Amino acid sequence: MLEIKNLSASIGDKEILRGVDLTVPDGEIHAIMGPNGAGKSTLSYVLSGREGYEVTGGSATYNGENILALTPEARAAAGIFLAFQYPVELPGVGNANFIRTALNAVKRARGEAELDAVAFLKLARAELKNLSMPDDMLKRNVNVGFSGGEKKRNEVLQMALLRPGLAILDETDSGLDIDALKIVSDGVNALRSPKFSALVITHYQRLLDHIVPDRVHVLSAGRIVRSGGPELALELEAHGYVGQEAA
Amino acid sequence: MTALPSRKLEAWRYTDLRSLAAISFAEAAPVAVPELPDLGLPRIVFINGAFDPVRSTPPDFLEKFSRVAEASDLPLALINAEQAQDGMTFSLPEGVDAGAILLVSYASGVAAPVALHPRHRITLGLGAKLTLIEIAMGEGVYWHNPVIDIALHASSALSHYRLQNEGQDAFHLATIRAKIAAGAAYESFSLVIGARLSRAEFHATLLGPKASTHLNAAQLLRGHQHGDFTSVVAHDAPHCGSRQTVKSVLDGPARGVFQGRIEVARAAQKTDGYQMNQALLLSPDAEMDIKPELEIFADDVKCSHGATIGALDPEQIFYLRSRGIPEDQARAMLIRAFLTEALEPVTDAAAREMFEAAIEAWWVGQ
Amino acid sequence: MSAAFETRNTVDTLATQKYKYGFETDIAMDEFPKGLNEDIVRLISAKKDEPEWMLAWRLKAYAMWRKMEEPDWARIKHPPIDYENLYYYAAPSGPAPKSLDEVDPELLTMYEKLGIPLNERAALAGVAVDAVFDSVSVATTFRSTLAKSGVIFCPISEAVREHPELVQKYLGSVVPVGDNYFAALNSAVFSDGSFVFIPKGVRCPMELSTYFRINARNTGQFERTLIIAEEGAGVSYLEGCTAPQRDENQLHAAVVELVALDDAKIKYSTVQNWYPGDENGKGGIYNFVTKRGACRGARSKISWTQVETGSAITWKYPSCILQGEGSVGEFYSVALTNNHQQADTGTKMIHLGRNTTSTIISKGISAGHSNNTYRGLVKIMPGASGARNFTQCDSLLIGDQCGAHTVPYIESRNPSAKVEHEATTSKIAEDQLFYCRSRGLSEEDAVGLIVNGFCKDVLKELPMEFAVEAQKLLAVSLEGSVG
Repeated sequence: MLEIKNLSASIGDKEILRGVDLTVPDGEIHAIMGPNGAGKSTLSYVLSGREGYEVTGGSATYNGENILALTPEARAAAGIFLAFQYPVELPGVGNANFIRTALNAVKRARGEAELDAVAFLKLARAELKNLSMPDDMLKRNVNVGFSGGEKKRNEVLQMALLRPGLAILDETDSGLDIDALKIVSDGVNALRSPKFSALVITHYQRLLDHIVPDRVHVLSAGRIVRSGGPELALELEAHGYVGQEAA
Repeated sequence: MTALPSRKLEAWRYTDLRSLAAISFAEAAPVAVPELPDLGLPRIVFINGAFDPVRSTPPDFLEKFSRVAEASDLPLALINAEQAQDGMTFSLPEGVDAGAILLVSYASGVAAPVALHPRHRITLGLGAKLTLIEIAMGEGVYWHNPVIDIALHASSALSHYRLQNEGQDAFHLATIRAKIAAGAAYESFSLVIGARLSRAEFHATLLGPKASTHLNAAQLLRGHQHGDFTSVVAHDAPHCGSRQTVKSVLDGPARGVFQGRIEVARAAQKTDGYQMNQALLLSPDAEMDIKPELEIFADDVKCSHGATIGALDPEQIFYLRSRGIPEDQARAMLIRAFLTEALEPVTDAAAREMFEAAIEAWWVGQ
Repeated sequence: MSAAFETRNTVDTLATQKYKYGFETDIAMDEFPKGLNEDIVRLISAKKDEPEWMLAWRLKAYAMWRKMEEPDWARIKHPPIDYENLYYYAAPSGPAPKSLDEVDPELLTMYEKLGIPLNERAALAGVAVDAVFDSVSVATTFRSTLAKSGVIFCPISEAVREHPELVQKYLGSVVPVGDNYFAALNSAVFSDGSFVFIPKGVRCPMELSTYFRINARNTGQFERTLIIAEEGAGVSYLEGCTAPQRDENQLHAAVVELVALDDAKIKYSTVQNWYPGDENGKGGIYNFVTKRGACRGARSKISWTQVETGSAITWKYPSCILQGEGSVGEFYSVALTNNHQQADTGTKMIHLGRNTTSTIISKGISAGHSNNTYRGLVKIMPGASGARNFTQCDSLLIGDQCGAHTVPYIESRNPSAKVEHEATTSKIAEDQLFYCRSRGLSEEDAVGLIVNGFCKDVLKELPMEFAVEAQKLLAVSLEGSVG
């Protein structure tokens, strides 16, 4: 379970999060919606431990552990996965090598047995098939020369192989056509289980047609200002974010 | 002896040899030699600049050393010509594919500083083929000043792989010259890890149509090491291609230098010349100096060079870490990825394995 | 478009003439004896009615110059310059004019011919002009208008007398007297040039322009320009140059110093069209120029834009010293050489301060038997954390008897700095030419069009009126280079 209490964070002198309260129980998918500049991406980076974001107050725990004190890799080992809004290109780093290194690092941290190259490839190919992705995705350098859609699919592939307990999807729908959106959504839905939870950050309702959330929260000016069921997303789609601060 | 070049010479503006000039060298005496690598190949061994028949398993086509006059005005090649006592002279007849051979140079300046000036000559006849793997290593204070003259006749091909892994107190100043005839190919990769101060100066001259060369290198330097990679690629004939990818990784107060000039003569129409130089600075004290030059006298050419200097990208490190890869391993992965492109011409499996191991050892050794 | 350039454009169409500025003006001149010694330096200083400190400064520069040697590292060749066979001072005779009405009508006519109306009523669009004829400033327009906003725009000889505190504070502070051979020479013998001072918070209300003209024979021109923009000030400054067509070579060794304090912005644009010599390489100006700007203040910005089509030899590296935190240096250059011209030009960007950025865009075009070299230095000092540089150098060759060379020096001593450099060399593609010609363009027009496209990234940095001028100049300078 992810529990965020009164979380504040700033970039430099600028306060972005001003007391976020949010609880995501295991097995649930929560959506965070909100206008540009509300702090959505900041929340995802603070939870995954990116440098340059200073936590100025509050707490965030995952399964009872204070995640804010952990390095990014320790958070990954703890089961938190961030699907990037803009996945980073790694020229010269093969995708298969990258994912296997990551998987084994996580396994090592958890005290599990590592996979050799053959076992990994078998696993990865099976997952590619599940996700209707071509095999050559593994041969290419990480995200180099990938289209926007391919990059997002690569994020989903990594997520499928790393099997996180909590996935944070940061505007994963941005720049996706409808086919890619469907593949990404199927990937997330396939992971649904009582042990899996997700925080889906999005500006639009569109993604939530495919990944139906249990709860929807509105983040505005660094705070959760409203929470509700899936119907809240539809309401926001119809009426926009105007006036949500006052709500 | 010809004087050492000073920084007043444009070609030496970034490499200062005063620390070398301050050393007085003794005559080479017999030394204890450790186990030397053989990579399972025919091996030619030089100990303190002299051919060692005991440790060598010389291949065919090895000839007796003879002195030659130096035609250029390069100070280090002149010094070498004055001092050279020995060297490998290797001539491959027309059409012969000699596979791979290994040239190991071991030096020891443990008892007293020594200077070695071997002069190697390699000639490949029409259509001949050779892979030359060169390892330079040693201990103590010494100056290794090899000159390697390479003549490639038409359609011949030489793959030349150099591992410069000299001792930490050594000076390594190599001059490598390749004359490349029509349709011949000179493919080279150098890994620079050793020596307190080093410079490898390549002169590749493309003499006939469709001659080609790859002059790649990687320099991994730390501490007070100084590594200089200098190249001059002369396109003297039409339809030739040259490619260079040189990467430097600098840690601590290390200093890297890259100077690369592409010269395109009036006759060298349809030249395709490319040069990429990139450096990663891992510490606040590291320094990189780059001077890529284009000198072009033909109009129908495609020549370009690019250079970048920077640090590891924090975005990339975070991306790797967010997938669970520890920071150290993330950095190592990115550095190896950075080097990948430079290693491309290394097609020989034994050479590739040797380089990969040396890179790994460098990383672990920090 | 400013009146200055409209006039210039209507007087005659550039495209019909080779070097249209090659006329001589017949005017009574004061000249000192040939050669250079301390007495000549004293004479120049006395002629200018200079205070003692200025003379001392010149003499110091002269002494240094005597001990220096002409630099030989540039890729240029020329017979030795006989410094003893030059005149170091030439000026229209008689007392300095107090107003435009007192300027010799012959001179006014010459500037009209060049398209530079010094008559303020004629210059409707409001470009203030300082005209430098051989060694002296002959007229500066719009001075009173500028004075209202506190801007000083006057001949530097006058500034030495009228604003000694400013001149003493800044002159030689960016280019020290002994900086290089030609700067030392200039410091000893400079006779005039422009002085610009923009006080704190003022954006100069009009473009400032200096127009340089070498007229007298065997005469060196050594103008000196000093521009100071105080905190938050801004100015755009244009410079144009021409000279008569002569068989002998003439020396031009100028020094330009720019100082930008906090948040100040200086934009310095040059269209250099000194006489380039004839198609056999006879005659033409030797142009050895030192231009440097100091971004002393935080967030200050200095931008150099140059279009170099003239001179037999160009030796010029407008540079920026980026000292203030977050300061910005830019260098946009087009250098075109034809016939036997030689250009060795580029820039130096010295990053000292944190988060300083620099951009270098250089376009070199070589035609005929010419040689064109880009030479540049990007230096990142240890304190320049977060510094950024981007350099793009492109060369275009037209014909197979010319040379294009690129010599960048890149030195970085800070890991958080990011330096990127790209260079390419190519020729005009046959298919581009064919495409244009199949649409009805002549080969020359097609080349002109393609060359202008090649230079677009630089030309767009020029003030509008200069850009039009520069485009035409490029086409004219390429005449005879194709076919």
